[in-house]
Amino acid sequence: MADAVSTANIVVLIPAPLRRFTNGEAKISSSGATVGELIDTLEASYPGIRDRICEADGRIRRFVNVFVNGANVRSGDGAATTLKAGDEVGIVPAMAGGC
Amino acid sequence: MTGITAAAALAIGITPLARLRRLGQRHNLPDDVQMWLKMEWANPGGSVKDRPALAIVQAALESGDLGSGKTLIDSSSGNTGLSYAMLGAAYGFPVTIVLPGSASAERKQILRVYGAKLIESDALEGSDGAIRLVRQLVAESPDRYFFADQYGNPNNVLAHFEGTGPEIWRQTAGKVTHFVASLGTTGTMIGTGRYLKIANPAIQTVAVQPTDAFHGIEGLKHLPTAIVPPIYDETVVDVHLTCDTDRAYDLTRELAAVEGLFAGTSTGAALSGALATARSLADGGQSGLIVAIAPDGGSKYLSTGLWSGYEPDM
Repeated sequence: MADAVSTANIVVLIPAPLRRFTNGEAKISSSGATVGELIDTLEASYPGIRDRICEADGRIRRFVNVFVNGANVRSGDGAATTLKAGDEVGIVPAMAGGC
Repeated sequence: MTGITAAAALAIGITPLARLRRLGQRHNLPDDVQMWLKMEWANPGGSVKDRPALAIVQAALESGDLGSGKTLIDSSSGNTGLSYAMLGAAYGFPVTIVLPGSASAERKQILRVYGAKLIESDALEGSDGAIRLVRQLVAESPDRYFFADQYGNPNNVLAHFEGTGPEIWRQTAGKVTHFVASLGTTGTMIGTGRYLKIANPAIQTVAVQPTDAFHGIEGLKHLPTAIVPPIYDETVVDVHLTCDTDRAYDLTRELAAVEGLFAGTSTGAALSGALATARSLADGGQSGLIVAIAPDGGSKYLSTGLWSGYEPDM
């Protein structure tokens, strides 16, 4: 049986300031059993992106919110949040960063 | 400006400026290298943005662009929207603010308390997405709206040229040597910097931006990757520095713990510029009086990651 988590079946929404890592793409497909593994997979395809999202120890940086199907993982299991095929993951700065 | 009668408007400006003596000692600065902080949270709307908002609104009322039933509209994920909403309530004109969905809960609540209408833009597109959306809305309904345009309206710069700059000059008895401001619309730096350089051409201006386009410093722009505000004038800035999010947060927390001043994250960024400037002066055996702008207070950030979780090494 195919390993489902190795199939790029998770939609990841990329915020504007990170699209320089994804060749301008705002929506990409990736894979990972957890949010942390997903970010590692993203790093393999788009080097440098993980350091923007995570601390060195893998925790999501305090000014970054990661949503899985609209729910902020910070109020749950953080980077350990499990993912399944068809999930939509959004990466958004915790502040809007404007004036 | 003439004819200001609204209570909220009368309370804008002439904010406190005080020396950060304990912070300076903590960073081993000599007594003749001084850092001073201008506390813009003292404005009635809670931030430095009250100044440009008032100047923009006053000019529009005088020209008739406002006061004739039009709605003031602008994009603002932050403090400018709050200032517009406050003035809309004070003067009695409707306000619509376009802001990214990721703006904090406190901000959205405060806007609604003032009576403003909110239009949320795509959070993934950030503040530039809000800028694009408001321009689109204004193009679709030009007769309905007065587009305040904080990023392009010259009255933004004028507010600081006529207000912030002269205040700093008077409050330091003309002794200011360096002016430090973080960059958002850039109005504070351009207006204040222009005034101070007329008052004393030797004054050095230091601008601070986020180190990275992906940052958590509310109010600031990473100019190399963002829409550059039309009011920006690079000739006004002598020194460009950058500050990363973690350092801005750590310095903001340090300011609260050491000086008892509860500021927002962009103040931490400004402080990083002030400290770097002070260090450079001290290492060179020079004296200086550095004035940094603290754009706002810390209470609007309680729902964010700034005040919880990671502890700075203090």
